[in-house]
Amino acid sequence: MSGERARTGALPITAEQPTTGTLPNTAEQPTTGTLPSTAEQLIRAAAPTPVLEIRGLRLAFQGEERRTVALDGIDLVIAPGEAVGVVGETGCGKTVTGLAAMRLLPASARLTADVLQFDGRDLLTLDDGALRRIRGAEVAMIFQNPTSAFNPVFTIGAQMADVLAAHDRERGDAARERIRIVMASVGMPDVERVMRAYPHQLSGGMLQRAMIATALLCRPRLIIADEPTTALDVTIAAQILALLRRLQLDEGFSVMLITHDLGVVRRVCDRVAVLYAGRVVESATTEALFAAPQHPYTRGLLAAVPRTSASSGPLQTIPGSVPTDIGSITGCAFAPRCPVVQDRCRAEAPWLRDLEPARAAACHFPGVSVVSA
Amino acid sequence: MAIAEAAGEQLARRRAPFPMRAFVRDPLAIIGSVIVLLLIVLAVLGPIIAPYPGARGTGQIDVPSAYLPPSLSHFFGTDELGRDVFSRVILGARPALVVSVLVVGFAMLIGVPLGAIAGYRRGRIDGLIMRTTDLFLAFPPLLLAMAIVAALGPGLEHAAIALIISWWPWYTRIARAVTVSLREQPFVDAARAIGVRDMTIIRRHIVPNSLSPLVVQATVDVGTVILAAGSLAFIGLGARPPQPDWGLMVADGRSVILDQWWVSTFPGLAIFVTVLAFNLVGDVLLRVLDPRHGR
Amino acid sequence: MTRFLAQRLGGSVIVLLGLSVITFLLARVVPSNAAAVFIGPRARPDDIARVTEQLGLNRPLPVQYVTYMSQMLTGDWGISIGTKRPVLGEILSRLPATLELIVAAMLIAIPLGLLLGIMSARRPGSISDVGVRVVTLIGVSLPAFFLGLILQLIFFRGLDLLPLAGRIDSDLRFTAPILPVTGFLTVDALLGLNAHGFLDVMWHLVLPALTLAAYPIGLIARMTRASMLETMSRDYVRTARAYGIGERRIHGRLALRNALLPVLTIIGLVLAYSLTGTFFVEVVFNWPGLGTLAVKSILNVDYPAIMGITLFGAAFYLLVNLVVDVLQAWLDPRIRLA
Repeated sequence: MSGERARTGALPITAEQPTTGTLPNTAEQPTTGTLPSTAEQLIRAAAPTPVLEIRGLRLAFQGEERRTVALDGIDLVIAPGEAVGVVGETGCGKTVTGLAAMRLLPASARLTADVLQFDGRDLLTLDDGALRRIRGAEVAMIFQNPTSAFNPVFTIGAQMADVLAAHDRERGDAARERIRIVMASVGMPDVERVMRAYPHQLSGGMLQRAMIATALLCRPRLIIADEPTTALDVTIAAQILALLRRLQLDEGFSVMLITHDLGVVRRVCDRVAVLYAGRVVESATTEALFAAPQHPYTRGLLAAVPRTSASSGPLQTIPGSVPTDIGSITGCAFAPRCPVVQDRCRAEAPWLRDLEPARAAACHFPGVSVVSA
Repeated sequence: MAIAEAAGEQLARRRAPFPMRAFVRDPLAIIGSVIVLLLIVLAVLGPIIAPYPGARGTGQIDVPSAYLPPSLSHFFGTDELGRDVFSRVILGARPALVVSVLVVGFAMLIGVPLGAIAGYRRGRIDGLIMRTTDLFLAFPPLLLAMAIVAALGPGLEHAAIALIISWWPWYTRIARAVTVSLREQPFVDAARAIGVRDMTIIRRHIVPNSLSPLVVQATVDVGTVILAAGSLAFIGLGARPPQPDWGLMVADGRSVILDQWWVSTFPGLAIFVTVLAFNLVGDVLLRVLDPRHGR
Repeated sequence: MTRFLAQRLGGSVIVLLGLSVITFLLARVVPSNAAAVFIGPRARPDDIARVTEQLGLNRPLPVQYVTYMSQMLTGDWGISIGTKRPVLGEILSRLPATLELIVAAMLIAIPLGLLLGIMSARRPGSISDVGVRVVTLIGVSLPAFFLGLILQLIFFRGLDLLPLAGRIDSDLRFTAPILPVTGFLTVDALLGLNAHGFLDVMWHLVLPALTLAAYPIGLIARMTRASMLETMSRDYVRTARAYGIGERRIHGRLALRNALLPVLTIIGLVLAYSLTGTFFVEVVFNWPGLGTLAVKSILNVDYPAIMGITLFGAAFYLLVNLVVDVLQAWLDPRIRLA
């Protein structure tokens, strides 16, 4: 490993440091499938159970003729009370990661994982009834398009009451009271009217607040928000994000925020995982990621954000496009577009490995911005 | 030129090859197609295959052999004039298929261009065409056809005309809907920007891309028209004797249905099986060409 | 909602006018000699001349149309050549029989069709799904007149279980007569507390109603299935699942309410089909309704009757569609509260 050090010019790779992000390992070995070291085990025993632990999540869709790989080994851990952003371009697999965490995938999905646990419970072996009890009550999802996420022929209040009833919580007047309280906590104006309204009568912003309220009804431990503000106006989006952050800090639930917008991540998340071609390519605290991105893709993403300062210069882009057929890639998936690609990158795929505590990247040459001879 | 590239790519992608494998694997599609092929064979080779075709291809009259039950020499028995029902059923395939295909063909010839123009031009032409279409569709099915045949007088040709007039509005509607959605596509804007004339756009881009729903409708309609023509013949408005029309045969055998059941039953079965086959093929085509309609 | 209603009503009136124009043209313009057609096949030259003058057939078309329309609106739909009685009266007197048949068929077809459709959409691809699809496919491919004949063959000749034809056993006219009140024999029998008559009428309704119901069952089932499948792929179904709502509730209530809306349109279509469908069923079962009148008129080239029936049928269809549209709008909060 020390040999790597000189070449990469990055911070030294320390071997046995446990992180909440990944397991420690040697350079060439995949993160998944290796046993945690004793140090790791000891420290894990002392630390609280992660709300969500995903290791080696692989997902493919079996069509009539072909098999499409969507996820090629996702590692993600969310601690209690933590807001983790899952970032990537369209098609990188971030949405299906969220759906997989709730076991909400269609019948054609073939899901495997070394670890897929919610609050220490193995999601892969739970039966349908148990999963149903978890969904909406302990893990709640907020969808991208609130207008189509609600049933058009039932009132908002009725739909929210349905959720309470499905989980054997309050009914009747007690349910309505609970709904009112939650609606108030999300800052919904005119609660009575909204409860009696049909989805088409409300604006996108109000619907998204209603969606958040629905998610909060049963006091979940984890809220998965899939592009919650993409369909909203900029000002409304800002309000919703601020609301989400405040609620998270007040109530203490964890958040998985799925988005393609780095600005959103910066505002709401404690940690970030960057996805590319079905894998996590970098994982770090928000601050660290924005200050010093290690993976070339992350760097490209950050550089591509348009700046409004006077000296912005021409818009930066990442040349090429996201790979469509993940299953057939050999070597690093980002290699065709990487500005610092080497032969080794094309030959073997890098695994997500720790660079320092709470920091990991899947790159043979993390931190390199210029190729040295 | 990037626009033209994009447009070309769009067009190329749209002409997806017909998913033959999915089609062939479906057992219902196979059954339906086999029956349709059989029908075509019968239509073409009818007079040659039929055991008792008779001099004019309407069945050999043999009055002493009237009302014979099904046997080895007469698979479907004989009718009131001693004609072999099996032969007449075979002979009936040709007029049934020919009339039906002609009706659907002409209905499309009238309906599709009207629909494409309406959907493309929008505005007043659209309004005019669609109002007219709605007017024709406001008649319950077959009622208009019956009224037209009543006005023109009975006969297969008049029935065909009546059916064409009843059927074209369906194609106008489909063509218009498809045109309207296609028109919003960027490649149409690209073509217009380059300066391609409207009619050329309609002819070369819109019509080929709208084929799939039209093909499905046309396939099913061939069967439905056979049913409609048979129904009209049953009440005396379609083909006239001695033509070997299946509907007419059912009507002829009706007076003796309770004892000589075979005279009506086999022609009726022929209609049923034919319509079923076309519905099967159309059904499978629908599922294959439009994956949204669920497995 | 009221605006929607007004629009639809206005639209229907316009369409009705258009239909009357078409019918008028068919009656006066299409035949080679309108007068001859009007009198009947046994027309003599001086009769033709007289009728031409009488009916104003030599006046310009627009004038003829106005006369025609004003007559129609006052209830004068002409005299039937066959029965020598007013056409409108003839139609109305035979209407109850046809309506009773249609209602009976719909009472069978709608629930059964919906049930089959929902069942088959629950588990697409399963045995029950395939079974339902085969059955419905047969239903929409079977000619009504053929099915009627086959049912007569099986249940009358073969099993001797059900009556061959007619609405009621002719003997009952003496033994247990039903007093005509509404013209609907079932209702009238009940009103007269005539159990024997009621059962007999029901017995006679079975085969014709089943025959008429075959196609609608198929159509409704297929449409319901398609609509359910489409609805189940919607975002809000995914939301419901994401919040732990059970499959049965999703399928049976949340999705169904949405899926039924387009099915309502089909029910309108199906009722319209039934109108022309009854023509064939009535012929096969000797049912004294509008259908047998229509067929008889057509064969006799009874022009006034034919045109009257055509216009009536079209108006009926229009009315049904209007009702269905209004119902649909009322059930869909997106339209009701626009």
